Amino acid sequence: MNKLKIFTKGFFSENAVFVMLLGLCPTLGTTTSAINGLGMGLATTFVLVMSNIVVSLVKKQIPDKVRIPAFIVIIASFVTIVELTMQAYIPDLYDVLGLFIPLIVVNCLILGRAEAFASKNNIINSVLDGLGMGLGFSMALTMLGAVREILGSGSVFNIKIYEGDGALVFVLAPGAFIVLGYLIAFVNRLQKRKNI
Amino acid sequence: MAQRESTFVNMVVVLFLVSAIAATALAFVYQATKEPILKSKLEKKKRAIKNVVNDFDNNPIEEMFKIPVEGGDSVECYPAKKDGKIVGYAVKTFSKKGFSGLITVMVGFDPDGHIHKTAVLEHHETPGLGDKMQRNKSNFSKQFDNMDVPDIPDKDNDGIIIEVKKDNGTVDAITAATITSRAFCDATERAYNAFKKIKK
Repeated sequence: MNKLKIFTKGFFSENAVFVMLLGLCPTLGTTTSAINGLGMGLATTFVLVMSNIVVSLVKKQIPDKVRIPAFIVIIASFVTIVELTMQAYIPDLYDVLGLFIPLIVVNCLILGRAEAFASKNNIINSVLDGLGMGLGFSMALTMLGAVREILGSGSVFNIKIYEGDGALVFVLAPGAFIVLGYLIAFVNRLQKRKNI
Repeated sequence: MAQRESTFVNMVVVLFLVSAIAATALAFVYQATKEPILKSKLEKKKRAIKNVVNDFDNNPIEEMFKIPVEGGDSVECYPAKKDGKIVGYAVKTFSKKGFSGLITVMVGFDPDGHIHKTAVLEHHETPGLGDKMQRNKSNFSKQFDNMDVPDIPDKDNDGIIIEVKKDNGTVDAITAATITSRAFCDATERAYNAFKKIKK
């Protein structure tokens, strides 16, 4: 597999949200607005890249039977670092996302990439894989957040598009499922046609 | 280099090392971010005080004093003054009755005992349910704006005035988050009791 393919597969053919349906808890929970989705996506990307690097560096040293606990400790450490840093330097975003940050630890996407990719590949490929997967995840979350924000609050990235409050259901949990369902259908349709 | 084998000693040593390195790294990050976090919390506190009481021109944080409340705890009280005259008190109160962990709320009082406004400082409630007590997420906390606490009748004579409707009170609870709503009322009640002590 060439390097470009490793990077781009996270966006389309193996997109974490639209194709693999991994990490749905933060996906559905945080995407009440586009900016929340983007923030959550970028925080996850950072953790994903860092944990992929470390896991790929130490993969030979970790005995097979304890690899999962070791990966989880590594991932949890990076999540805590993100949480503390965010709390210190971007408190406004932390107010919005703070409750969800610890959930990155249990995001299957990150453990999944550590287990399925980083523990079998070299460091450069692991970074590319983490970046691609993470940015693909961010893209999906931002799309989902933008659609929900437009339909639910009548704005996107906090910029008002039309007057009124929109349909409240799209801000609530059921709206997340509905929008995600339609987006998956849409992305599948595109992929069938273009075969990207 | 071949994969390290899964012998007992190997597993124990590797897990120990991984945890030790992680702990050390976190200790450093914690040290580095401690100051900025405290600073941003102070900033938040200042903003919260400004939001919950009338206009003031003193520095309430410097004039903070503590008032003992039941259970051996105390709440922090920030007097807001304009031209040397008291225009309100912001009381930093708390509740341990939340769904997960401590909830801290800033409650602002006008000098006559009206609640001016409230602001949630910190909580760990469920996102999407309990976090609706935050002002920007639902209208729940707006019920407390301008609440005339001394005039609320204590229907069930249990000595607690600010209660949700389920407990014979007057506050509409957040749907599916009654525990959080109760905790918010509990915190407000505690602030009011402290306020009564200031008045004495």
